[in-house]
Amino acid sequence: MPANDTELAGNVDDAGRMLDVVAKSHPQDSARLHVTGAATYIDDIREPAGTLHLACGHAPVARGELRGVDLAAVRAAPCVVAVLTAADVPGQNMIAQAFADEPLLAEGRVLFHGQPVFAVVAETREAARRAARLATFDVVQETPILTIDDALAAGTRVLPDYDFVHGDATSALSTAPRTLSSQLMIGGQEHFYLEGMIGMAIPGEGGTMTVYSSTQDPTEVQHITARILGVPEASVMVETRRLGGGFGGKESQACQWAALAALAARATGRPCKMRLDRDDDFAATGKRHDFRADWQVGFDDAGRLLAYDVALNARCGCSVDLSVGVVDRAMFHAGNCYYLPDATIRSRRLKTDTVSNTAFRGFGGPQGILAIERVLDAVAHATGRDPLDVRKDNLFSPGRDVTPYGMKVDDTSVLRDIVDELEATSNYRARRADITAFNAENGILRRGIALAPLQFGISFTLAHMNQAGALVNVYQDGSVLLNHGGTEMGQGLFVKVAQVVAEEFGIPLEAVRPTATSTAMVPNASPTAASAGSDLNGMAARVAAAKIKARMVPVASAHWDVAPESIAFARGRVSSGNKSMTFGELASLARKSQVSLSATGHYKTPGITWDRDKRTGKPFYYFAFGAACAEVKIDTLTGEMKVERVDILHDVGSSLNPAIDIGQIEGGFVQGMGWLTTEELVFDAKGRLATHAPSTYKIPVASDVPADFRVALTNRPNSADTIYRSKGVGEPPLVLATSVFSAITDALHSLRPGAQVPLHAPATPERILMAAESLRS
Amino acid sequence: MSQSDDPVDDDGERHGAGPALTRRSALQVGAVLTTAPLTGQAVAAPRTYPLMARPAAPGQTMKLGATINGRQFEAEIDARTSLLDLLRERFGLTGAKKGCDHGQCGACTVHIDGRRVASCLTLAAKVDGRRVTTIEGLSDGKRLHPMQQAFIDHDALQCGYCTPGQIMAAVACVQEGHAGSRDQIREYMSGNICRCGAYVGIVAAIEEAAGKMGRRA
Repeated sequence: MPANDTELAGNVDDAGRMLDVVAKSHPQDSARLHVTGAATYIDDIREPAGTLHLACGHAPVARGELRGVDLAAVRAAPCVVAVLTAADVPGQNMIAQAFADEPLLAEGRVLFHGQPVFAVVAETREAARRAARLATFDVVQETPILTIDDALAAGTRVLPDYDFVHGDATSALSTAPRTLSSQLMIGGQEHFYLEGMIGMAIPGEGGTMTVYSSTQDPTEVQHITARILGVPEASVMVETRRLGGGFGGKESQACQWAALAALAARATGRPCKMRLDRDDDFAATGKRHDFRADWQVGFDDAGRLLAYDVALNARCGCSVDLSVGVVDRAMFHAGNCYYLPDATIRSRRLKTDTVSNTAFRGFGGPQGILAIERVLDAVAHATGRDPLDVRKDNLFSPGRDVTPYGMKVDDTSVLRDIVDELEATSNYRARRADITAFNAENGILRRGIALAPLQFGISFTLAHMNQAGALVNVYQDGSVLLNHGGTEMGQGLFVKVAQVVAEEFGIPLEAVRPTATSTAMVPNASPTAASAGSDLNGMAARVAAAKIKARMVPVASAHWDVAPESIAFARGRVSSGNKSMTFGELASLARKSQVSLSATGHYKTPGITWDRDKRTGKPFYYFAFGAACAEVKIDTLTGEMKVERVDILHDVGSSLNPAIDIGQIEGGFVQGMGWLTTEELVFDAKGRLATHAPSTYKIPVASDVPADFRVALTNRPNSADTIYRSKGVGEPPLVLATSVFSAITDALHSLRPGAQVPLHAPATPERILMAAESLRS
Repeated sequence: MSQSDDPVDDDGERHGAGPALTRRSALQVGAVLTTAPLTGQAVAAPRTYPLMARPAAPGQTMKLGATINGRQFEAEIDARTSLLDLLRERFGLTGAKKGCDHGQCGACTVHIDGRRVASCLTLAAKVDGRRVTTIEGLSDGKRLHPMQQAFIDHDALQCGYCTPGQIMAAVACVQEGHAGSRDQIREYMSGNICRCGAYVGIVAAIEEAAGKMGRRA
């Protein structure tokens, strides 16, 4: 299927009505602004007169007692207006969501190298940054706990261990015909949202504060800022028009910078802006959790899985942050799409003296899935079967369809069909034969191929977060203002939700104006995360639009003296029989008839019943499925690797916007490929991040993308009743990149068939070389 | 509040004497701002902080004359100013973005005499007597440049933060003669990071626009 195919089947709603605006490829609402440089990010907002700039003083050690900081030289530096420490926080010096374990500014103890200790407020950013370097820290250094091994040895945790026990894996392992066990190291990942962390705060009258924040969660920024300032939440208004990338990094961790700006604005009475320098952003913000998966698997001679026991050791860093949900999601995805008759999924949330790891696209899911994909490869290698056959034999199927956390998978045929179709369209078998022949020549170059299936649960596993609100205003000219709690960070949420509203009113997409996410417009929103943005906000906006439409119908009905059921909204007009007027004319008529043309909508996902303590109930509304087939070539003398071709078939239900969805799939895959192949975070022995810029941290660029990259959508309606039967698409495609890791494993395996491949993630050239050397020796 | 002993530097004259160098200071009213005490229980009244201009930098200023997006200008600038800061803060041309500020991401790409540069690593002083084009100057404001249109048509953007830099790099890539094939485009565009990974669309857009730019030339 061509990448920009807009003519997908199924462009009808549940009632069989043809869709005009939904299910079509529309560019993003801001596309024209982006290409002309006119799209305004926070650093582009014209600063009010007198705006001050912040820079933090960062802790120079990873762990220790913070006795004091001599700030005299900082205060005396040119253009410095104020220097703020924990003592200057009028409310609570706490940015943690639930566990009260991370302060805005360090107090008493240093939690990680680079932790903000004080904030300089100066006339210019440069002056603030120069001044921030002049502090003298009085810290009693202690030996830091930095790595997963350190934390396991020391027994440090941010949260208690937590397991899913399904059947009896221990006895099943003891009776299984064959077993394997090993460890897989899985690296973290820096978000490198191209727009770094930023917040700007403008003090208002009576203790109010307007905050512009590049955040995926304006409500949380409001909540934390109010807590820091010690004011009611109603006094803080947070606005986010767009983010220059979020990827999870700005879900919880945007709060600190916005709150610092607000604190400075409160202290000085002037507008204040906090924009992190890139290197500081790298050092002071959390990353994807790195894991060590300790696994044991029991299987039969055909490679059918009988038992799985995995301990997911996650490095959470210095505080809980989002590690409850992240590591839980790794556990939920520890079996991916494979049936595990007996399984024990363990988790250890390790506390280290490093920056607090946080959400990153996939939210732990990718780590859980990578571990079992390694297991499937290992089982295939041990049994001598093609890894694809082993994967297919272990897919969920009717009767073998319950996950280790007890949820039944209803749509098992969707994934099976995807895998079968991709196997055919990617020409897997012929290429496999070709690669086997190529590798049999024992050359320096080796090729590998892998087809990896994916099952990703959609919903927040914290049930109450599955809600959204929207506000829709229709004006008397028929133009429509749309606002909802979701944030636009490039994923195309605003255009998708605008399509939904345009469809509901039967008006062109251009008549709907999406507006900045604002806590004043739609309160108490959930973060835009968990691939649930369009599911939740699309539904909420449709509810709001439907309310207004239901008020407009009687106006037209009375005006024409026709039955309400006869009135139709389509193509910008409202009609009944041979009577017709524009949508704007009806809006004007409704106003004259004293009818409200503004409504809010609220939606909550039905049926999410997960009870974490009891480990029962349903954590996901539905699953998104997909599969990717990747082919790689490696040089076993240098470790160099090239992804030669990738085929993806992915399930987005009935796509709301095929072009946007394909972009998410391509982009997610590339980001996942970076995580698993080139992006390596290195902390030195003192706990300093050594890779804190794109010069030392390798992010995929155009030349890294597979030259032959084929992406197609299944376009099969979601069996769950989602917005126009679509599915969330933000996170799942990232996980498809496990196919690249498995393909590299496959290429390496040709060096010593039957052996376990000692490759860890990310599979950098260095690691590939080390694995090759190890297999050859 | 710990800094309250001496929140304001005492020699305000020194600070007040600096030239109006930036978009920021140009907006400042230059008068002492007094802030009324805030009402509300939980809110302590802040101290008053008068506005200051940025410090004078004697001997570090220079006269600069250049053409930016077709318009000639002359100005006194701090000789240490980067081209990116000059464009963004003095001229309000915020299309070029500060992504890494180290010349490693490409978000700040603009043209000097038609050649692409990382404006964050280029001293503004270097453009004296030269012609600078930014994303804002790429089209006439009515009709989009073929590259801009192609970026829309091929969904070559997601969050958009890298887009102005990508487009400026792409136009230069074509003009340099480095857009002869997909592989060549991929190689010669590898200095511009798109963290959203919209590279398939970016390469396709450049391929298409290259044809149109060629015909137009």
